[in-house]
Formats: sequence, structure tokens, C-alpha cells
Amino acid sequence: MTRLVIDKLNFSYGETDAARDVCLSVDRGEFIGLIGPNGSGKSTVLKNLYRALTPDSGTVTLDGENLFSLSHKAAALKLGVVGQENDVPFDFLVEEIVAMGRSPHKKLFDIDNGDDRRIVRHALEHLGMADMAKRNYLHISGGEKQRVLIARVIAQECDFLLLDEPTNHLDIGYQLQIFDFVKRLGVTVLSAIHDLNMAALYCDRIYVLKSGSIVLQGRPEEVLTPKNIFDVYGVRCDTHIHAKTGKPAITFLPSGVE
Amino acid sequence: MLPTGLTQRLFNRAKPNMPVIVVLLMTVTVLSLLLAIGLGPVTVSPGNVAKILLSRLPVVGEHISRTWARLDENIVIGLRLPRVCLGVIVGASLAVIGVTMQALVRNQLADPFILGVSSGAAATATLGMLFGVFAFFGRYSLSISAFIGSAVTIIFVYTISRVRGRINITQLLLSGVAISMIMDGVTRIITLSAPNALGLHNAAFWMSGSLAGAKWGYLTLPLAVLLLCMAVLMINYRGLNLLLLGDESAGALGINVRRLQKTLVLVASLMAGVTIAVSGSIGFVGLMVPHFTRLLVGGDHRRVLPVSALLGAILVVWVDVAARMVLAPEEMPVGILTAIIGGPLFIFLLKRNSREKKGATAK
Repeated sequence: MTRLVIDKLNFSYGETDAARDVCLSVDRGEFIGLIGPNGSGKSTVLKNLYRALTPDSGTVTLDGENLFSLSHKAAALKLGVVGQENDVPFDFLVEEIVAMGRSPHKKLFDIDNGDDRRIVRHALEHLGMADMAKRNYLHISGGEKQRVLIARVIAQECDFLLLDEPTNHLDIGYQLQIFDFVKRLGVTVLSAIHDLNMAALYCDRIYVLKSGSIVLQGRPEEVLTPKNIFDVYGVRCDTHIHAKTGKPAITFLPSGVE
Repeated sequence: MLPTGLTQRLFNRAKPNMPVIVVLLMTVTVLSLLLAIGLGPVTVSPGNVAKILLSRLPVVGEHISRTWARLDENIVIGLRLPRVCLGVIVGASLAVIGVTMQALVRNQLADPFILGVSSGAAATATLGMLFGVFAFFGRYSLSISAFIGSAVTIIFVYTISRVRGRINITQLLLSGVAISMIMDGVTRIITLSAPNALGLHNAAFWMSGSLAGAKWGYLTLPLAVLLLCMAVLMINYRGLNLLLLGDESAGALGINVRRLQKTLVLVASLMAGVTIAVSGSIGFVGLMVPHFTRLLVGGDHRRVLPVSALLGAILVVWVDVAARMVLAPEEMPVGILTAIIGGPLFIFLLKRNSREKKGATAK
């Protein structure tokens, strides 16, 4: 069943087009990757979906409804977002940041109750951060902040996640931990991913953006071929289907190697 | 002093005990009120202050024997009580304005005085007095003209300092300084060119702030606005918290960011306008109080708002006591004292701010 359909989405920052006629669809339970070079429009497309930007034209439907006619709150109950903002220049505890994920569930005069606290605690436990609950968010490392934001989106309890390079600041251990974790949640995911090997390992399908347009789409093994990667990124590489994962593994070739 | 075990239990940042803190601060506020009423060039003992106040109450008053001088009663009821009450209202309002503006610009350095909002309010207020521009609003014309000035300034500073969707702190502070200079200049020109029309409200009053002219009539509007705005902010406390995450994250968590920001601009300028109309610009309260509040109870606005209001009230009441005691019988403007205390803190925060920025980029 199709959950999200983007049809002919256009967006420009002033003169320059950042997204051109982007069409994309996500089915229930799929893990979809959005890849492309820097500045190709991955973040722009995602921001148009979570309404940080307003598209110039095009339609987006989520579960058959026009996404932009939903209230902010109704949208936040369906779509969880991990963007690239992760600095909070104020004094908050880790658990307070995670608890903010509960806000779309709260009515005007509700205060956080036992259920919310339990959900927050579980979210932190899932990411192995239970002992950091009382730490000050100002004073933890960039990687830890990123994991706190993942915990926040888990506490939000949405079944559709939009992730904008969620493992950006993380070392390989945490990258795998986060993607494994998100995959295990079994929710629908649309994620911008920088690392092509990560995209190959976790995505059911991949869309490739170049200069704001979608140039390729398909399963990882269809999309991530040496020719396509050269066309999009201008780098040479070697790919083979890995015996254990059954997914393409990409080895990039430096200029000295023939 | 309290034993350390107890203070730790009371002021535990990780798990602040809100009922205790609020009750404690309320008690301190009431005690400050009683003490502050007695203190001044003419001192009235706290006991007499309490008796004079009680004698004015309906039922209890009949049982109080009059053991105080007539003069004391006049000072307490006519001069000090309205002044101290005004201090409470102004202090609470300034602190809450600070909290609101800090959430709006996502920076702890925001304060109505530093960002030129006080100056803007003062300029339009004097303009209104001189030309009677807003005279059709009747007795509230001064407050309304000050509100217009503060609203215009907030919108101005906010727009100037927004670079690519984010508030740039350098732009913010510089535009605040520039606008407050312009507005102070305007105020000065107006007051110099029409000294008589302005009566008590001379340039010094607007620029350095004072509670000396307090009358009962000054209290109602600021109090009503404070209660109203406080209610609006408390209802929106989640939104205020989420705004600190950034516009995009707040939007993704279900907040209508544009609407909330407009509400905050309205709330902050309304409070700034009515407060400054009665007290002139008292600086740095909106900077100092939220800062110490956050050290005490953390950043959650559900706690920050009420605690800031109480701490702000206590601070201004006591600074005002100092203002009338230090050079007695001469009055010193409160704003000068708050600037002397608050200025260094501002510099400290500014230094820390830039150090943290460097630390963050190094990572």
C-alpha cells in the first residue's frame, strides 16, 4: 500500500532550482534511500516534506490526504523527522529533549504523565543511553546528540520517519547501530544517506538526485553500478554482490589505481 | 544558612522540586515586600508596616491598635506600598519579557533593554505625550504608544538579524545597539524641545528607569497585562521549549512556528510597552533573571516562567530599595543600578557564548 506520493515537486531558493519535478513514492514498510552528491537537493526535498520549506508547485499525499492541508500537529503524529539541526543553546537534560518528542500527542493543558516518562525511558534504553538521561544536552558530544535526536523521534511514536543523514556525526559502530535499530522498528522510512555502502545495506529502494532532479531509481543492485556512480558522482569504483549480505558492496578507486 | 543536604534537595537541577521552590520564592517575595516598604530615607519598622497594612483590611483591621505615627502611615500607604507593588509587577514583567524574547531569538543574550525595545517604547511614548498622537486612547494612551514602539522595534531587530532563516547573534546585538541609540536620540530630542509638557517623564526617567513616581493608578494595566501574557505563555510552554530546538525541528514536532512567533512578538511588546510606560527602561533584568532561573530549574518553560517572574519581582524590589537608600535623600534611578549589576553578567555570557561556539566547531 502506498503511503507517500510526491508528484512534480518544484522548489527554488531565489534563482536556483533546488528541486525540479521530483516524483517519488514510498510504500508501507519500505526503507527508501535518497542519495546524491552534496547540493543535489536531498535535504531540500525532505524539508519540503516536513514543511520547513514550502514548495513552489507540486503535490504531496500522505495516506491519501494532502500533506499540506493537515495541521502541523496532525502531520507530526504521522511523520517523525530527524533533521540536521541538533544544537540547542539552552540548558536541557537529555531526557527533557527526548520528552519533547511527546508534544504532538499532548493537548493544550496536558502535562507529561507516567506513560510519557516510560516511553522516554524506553527510547533511551533502546539506544543504550539510559544512563545519560540526566546529563546536560549542552555538554554531550555531537554523536551523542544525534542519538538523542533519534531517541526523540522514537518517543514521538510515528510510523513514518524522515531522516536527513541521521548518522552524519557518528562513527561506524553507531551508524550500524542506528540503521539496524531503525530497520528493526519496521516503520516506513525515507532517508537521505551520504554513504553509498550504508544505502546499499539498508535500503529497499534508492532514488538518486542530481542537481535537483531524480535521475535514477530502483533496488540497490540496479542503481549502484560503477557506471551510474561515475555518472552521478564522477568517481570510479568497483562493485560486487557481497556473499553474506546479498547487497552490493562498493569499493572506490583512487586515481592511481587502474 | 540552610544545610547543604537540604539545599541540594531543594535546588536539584535534575529534579527540581517545583512546589517547594515556588512556595519558598512566594514567601520571600512577601517578606521582601514587607521589609522593602519599611526601608528608605524614612525607615518604618517591619512590625509597624505589617500592622498598618493589616489595619486596612476589612475584618482584621478593627482589632489592630494604632501605635504608629500618622506620618508613617502616609509614607507606607501613599508612597512605599504602590512603589513596591509596582516593583513586583515591573520586575516580574521584565523577567518574563526576557524569557519570551530569548525563546523568540533562541539566544540567552536577548533582553528588552539590550535589543533596543525599551528605547523604542520610550521614544514612541514621549512622541505620543508631546503630540498627543494617541490621545484618543484616553488614560491608556501612554501605554499604547509605548506598546507600538516596542512592537515595531522587536519586529525590526528580528528581521534585521535573521540571516538565511537563522538568527545571527552578531547582527542581533549590533542592530539592537544601533536601534536603541537612534531611539534614545529621538527621545532626547523630544524631551529637550518640550520640557514642560512632559512633566515627570523627562529623558532621564525614560533612559534609566525609576519607580519613584509610582501611584496606585499605575498598577492596574501592567498587572492585568502581566497576568494575561503569563497565561498565554504558560499555555504555550511546550511550544516555547520546542522553539529552542530551532524552527525546523519545532515545525516537525507539530508547532505552527509562524503563528507562535507572532504570538511571542505580541506578548513581549505588549508587556514591554505597558511596563516601560510606568517605569522607564530598566535594563538587564530580563537577562539576569532567566539566566539564574535556568541554573536553578533548567530550561523547561513550565518551570522557567513562574520562577523567573518571582525572582524578577524580588530582584527589582530590592534594587529599588538600594536605589532610594544609597544616595538618600537623593533618588538614584533603578536602571543605573541594574545596569551596573547586569552589564558584567552580559559580558560574561557573551564571552562564554563565543567560547562554546568555538568548541562546537572544533568537534
